[in-house]
Amino acid sequence: MDAFTTHTGTAVPLRRSNVDTDQIIPAEYLKRITRTGFEDGLFIAWRTNEPDFVLNQPQYAAASILVAGPDFGTGSSREHANWALLDGGFRVVISSRFADIFRNNSTKAGLLTVVLPQEQVEALWAAVEADPATPVTVDLQAKQVTYGATTVPFEIDDYVRWRLLEGLDDVGLTERNLADVEAFEAGRPAWLPRALPVLEG
Amino acid sequence: MPKTLAEKVYEAHVVRSTAGEPDLLYIDLHLVHEVTSPQAFDGLRAAGRTVRRPDLTMATEDHNVPTLDILSPIADPVSRAQIEALRRNAAEFGIRLAPMGDRDQGIVHVIGPQLGLTQPGMTIVCGDSHTSTHGAFGALAFGIGTSEVEHVLATQTLPQYKPRQMAVTVDGELPPGVSAKDIILAVIAQIGTNGAQGHVIEYRGSAIEALSMEARMTICNMSIEAGAKAGLIAPDRTTFDFLQGRPHAPQGADWDAAVEYWSTLRTDEGTVFDREVVLDATTLTPFVTWGTNPGQGLPIAGAVPDPADFADEGERRDVEQALAYMGLEPGTPLREIEVDTVFLGSCTNGRIEDLRVAAELLRGKRIDADTRMLVVPGSVGVKAQAEAEGLDRVFLDAGAEWRGAGCSMCLGMNPDQLKPGERSASTSNRNFQGRQGKGGRTHLVSPSVAAATALTGRLTAPADLENAGV
Repeated sequence: MDAFTTHTGTAVPLRRSNVDTDQIIPAEYLKRITRTGFEDGLFIAWRTNEPDFVLNQPQYAAASILVAGPDFGTGSSREHANWALLDGGFRVVISSRFADIFRNNSTKAGLLTVVLPQEQVEALWAAVEADPATPVTVDLQAKQVTYGATTVPFEIDDYVRWRLLEGLDDVGLTERNLADVEAFEAGRPAWLPRALPVLEG
Repeated sequence: MPKTLAEKVYEAHVVRSTAGEPDLLYIDLHLVHEVTSPQAFDGLRAAGRTVRRPDLTMATEDHNVPTLDILSPIADPVSRAQIEALRRNAAEFGIRLAPMGDRDQGIVHVIGPQLGLTQPGMTIVCGDSHTSTHGAFGALAFGIGTSEVEHVLATQTLPQYKPRQMAVTVDGELPPGVSAKDIILAVIAQIGTNGAQGHVIEYRGSAIEALSMEARMTICNMSIEAGAKAGLIAPDRTTFDFLQGRPHAPQGADWDAAVEYWSTLRTDEGTVFDREVVLDATTLTPFVTWGTNPGQGLPIAGAVPDPADFADEGERRDVEQALAYMGLEPGTPLREIEVDTVFLGSCTNGRIEDLRVAAELLRGKRIDADTRMLVVPGSVGVKAQAEAEGLDRVFLDAGAEWRGAGCSMCLGMNPDQLKPGERSASTSNRNFQGRQGKGGRTHLVSPSVAAATALTGRLTAPADLENAGV
């Protein structure tokens, strides 16, 4: 995964709550077996059916920071939602509340999710609606979002932040502790199930 | 210090715990399907890694599979390619696969319990958010993304933080015609689609204890629709009776040792949960959703809400958008909403008990002439059991379609989809926009409401049938 330190770009105001994974990318776009190319399904229903949908507006076409209403990413565990946002040019999603699996997947895929209080989200919406060209900087090192004269701090788990800053691969980190895994396995009860076929007869 | 059931299961699986890092949690069972795994296997190949414990990993084909002509090649080339990728990966990495046509094939969350692979006290993951289903057995079971699928394949562990603890207590006896689905829809309507975010929910109380394993699975299944990390229920005699004799359940002395351990898996007296929600089962009625998220539900006696009644601007906008999408007018009684399609199936309500409840209402009757009903068993095993009981005949004689096993119209990755503007009463778990097909409109219901609705062509509770003269 690519490291994330700081990002400056323009932001798009998505004034909707409960943006579920099926809106981010519907199931029919999950059939691809590669890890890239998912931008074609990103918000496809809204992009197709709503001519004035915010992502159809030219002033937001180049935005790389998505500012959404509360409970973004509810629903499915599909990491394709995170990939679609990355493939669609987004590096950051800001919301007052995320669904757990979406947020966790973001930390694996290298998409930064930033939780801000709803009043800060509203203020950012107002700013980028007033001037869509407003540069917004999301600094993971300093844990703050800056636009115009406004700077807003955000909280993020220290370990997650370190991994994102370094762009580290979880599997590689876990493999350093394989001895602990082996020791644990030695103590598992023998009656625990194995998925091997059971012969009957 | 007293502990919750979920804390006990979590702590029994901590491989490594270090300050400033997530815990490393051991995973007892990893279930795999075709949609969320191909990129994970590619990741293993690219790094030259193997599957650490193929014997704790099981794969099946469910999301893409057609429910007609299942022995012919899949017509959709993209779906077929995804299924073929899973077959290649399972063969290359030595993982057991239940492919289409296999007697063990089915929705991943139906076959785990059916085979006895799902047992109390285990940690279970799958690249699917409805993995919470397995919590019905007192397992800690949760959905993961594809990067985590790769991590579990490679290491049989996951970095995790201990979730917060939430109790949902449901006491009292459920009225006739009210089911587990109505309980969980009522819970979600009360706490919201992300109200349990960061928490594991333990469902407890006399109404939960009285439920069958199938009903408990329905409740735990939709924990994710309340935003929970997982949902679980303490194992008891009902759990043990369900498991005994299943292909992967322990036998003989192992069974006794397992039951002894499983019997310790209860929340200690005096444990304080981070959050508690209480429901009175005696006041519940059949629940249906009217909107585009599972929290937008009401008792069937209610009416479509009016956006003007919502003080919060964001909420009002949500309701307006939902009603516009659903094509509903405020104030319309829910019982007057006409549907085109009834879908009975999914990992929420595609088990044998769900089919029995629906068949009982349909026996000797004909469904509404303008309504189609799809009955999709959750697995080949459920299908065979239903056919042995003659339920397939009941559905067919009533005018319903009897299909092969799979996820089907729950998410329409196969040909079973709503057309734009079509409306369904569906026993599945998500009424998101377009979930069952582009432009499709979904009302989530229980199996008995689904069957009653099929008979009248509009949202109907089983108790309404007598009044309707059906």
